[in-house]
Amino acid sequence: MTANGGAWLYRSVVPLLTVLSLCLIWWAGSASGFISPMTFPPPSEVMHSFWRIAVDSYADGQLYVHVLYSLKRVLIGFVLATLIGIPLGLAMGFSPSVEAFVNPAFLLLRPIPPLAWIPLAIVWLGLGDAAKVLVIFIAAFIPAVINAYAGARSLPPQLAEAAAVLGIRGTRFITEVLVPGALPMCFTGMRLSLQASWTTLVAAELIGATFGLGHVLNQAALDIDMAMIVVAMVCVAVLGALTNWVLAVWETRLMPWRHV
Amino acid sequence: MSAPGRKLSTSRFVILTIAGAATFLAIWYGAALTGAAPPQFLPMPHEVIARLIRLIWVPFAGATLEQHLAASFARFAFGFGLAALIGVPLGLLMGRFRWLDGIVSPVFNGLRFVPPIAWVPFAALWMGTGIGGPVLIIFAGAFPPCVINAQRGVKFIDRPLLEASRTLGLTNVQVLTEVLFPAALPSIIAGLRISAGLGWMSLVGAELIVASSGIGNLLVKGQSAIDASIVMAGMIAIGVVGATIDIILRWLQNRLSHTP
Repeated sequence: MTANGGAWLYRSVVPLLTVLSLCLIWWAGSASGFISPMTFPPPSEVMHSFWRIAVDSYADGQLYVHVLYSLKRVLIGFVLATLIGIPLGLAMGFSPSVEAFVNPAFLLLRPIPPLAWIPLAIVWLGLGDAAKVLVIFIAAFIPAVINAYAGARSLPPQLAEAAAVLGIRGTRFITEVLVPGALPMCFTGMRLSLQASWTTLVAAELIGATFGLGHVLNQAALDIDMAMIVVAMVCVAVLGALTNWVLAVWETRLMPWRHV
Repeated sequence: MSAPGRKLSTSRFVILTIAGAATFLAIWYGAALTGAAPPQFLPMPHEVIARLIRLIWVPFAGATLEQHLAASFARFAFGFGLAALIGVPLGLLMGRFRWLDGIVSPVFNGLRFVPPIAWVPFAALWMGTGIGGPVLIIFAGAFPPCVINAQRGVKFIDRPLLEASRTLGLTNVQVLTEVLFPAALPSIIAGLRISAGLGWMSLVGAELIVASSGIGNLLVKGQSAIDASIVMAGMIAIGVVGATIDIILRWLQNRLSHTP
């Protein structure tokens, strides 16, 4: 318990000092010309670029337009994948018949990285939103299924037996035994799904889009505007962290018993 | 393992597996034969296999399939090897020394939410489209699991083991190589598996955008030729290589977890 003071030091003071000193190095290195602006842009230029995209516009739109487009694609793909993937995974985990039936197709598709679907999605659906949502769906679908499956498999057999003895079956079994029991793993899967969604979104938008943060990245790369590249990367990271945080809050609300 | 209803006779398993595979193929053939999807968008399964075999003999996009795969694999091995060589020792040290954890964690957590693919513009500007650019992206994808799992592996080591090694007069280097590394090895290998999967996926993404050779580039060329059979054959090749890498690492994982 004497380590508590130390833990506080390492958890808040040291990280804060690190971030501050990194900013200082960045600023001093750029100001003294030690870091060339072509290698990494100085802070002032990044602020300027941020102002430019947030207030004026860049790559055909203001920042909030790009953010809304990206967010919309991620949310549609992610929600669809979760709504279809989790029930499928639970069914596969609980019923070996379903597992045996679905496995051949799943085993064939699973090792293909989601990003490899991008060219096929473009051939099928063109450069619009549908192709992006399809790729995000595929990326988010696989972790959702695998983790829901693992969650259903991790239910203690005694629990299912007890439920059977008590006459709990059908819908009641699903809502009161299977889903609550598998919920922690389902959330693990959703977190992985969300992260995969953002990765694939950026890749899909880099290849062809008219709005979105990946499009901003692409345009900035074409313009060799390093500061704008940094702004777009930071925006993607912040959005990823933010959606992840929303999911974490939701997880604590839905499963209070895990955090008591 | 078996909850009620989890038992499945061998014959039922075989029948359901065949039925599942047959349904999958039937939907595919059905969509192709009825003309629901034009043949150039959805080739029939046997056409994809035939195309895959033809790509081994006949060069497409400047190289045969195995030459494309060799170019991709070299990049992958380079990026993944670099991530493991830097990430695992860093993670071990972060698990051992809290001050290092305090310094590295804030930077690391900030960068973790930047999808590997978002490094594409920087990778292209800093290192070009040859081997350097894609390797940086693979590194960005493969690095975090190496660090996180090595660090967790150390965190969960029994304290008495560490205290004993210190009492017995081991130097810091000896503690690292003879206590921390072996004890954290199962966790490290598990991390390497995740990292290889993410690295292979990032490779495909990198090659879709920045590379002028490799299997990802084959997909792009197939896409611009609007030839879905080439794209699908390439996806299968990517899936097979990715699955092979995973099988090798899983074998390693199983072997290491059996030795004390």
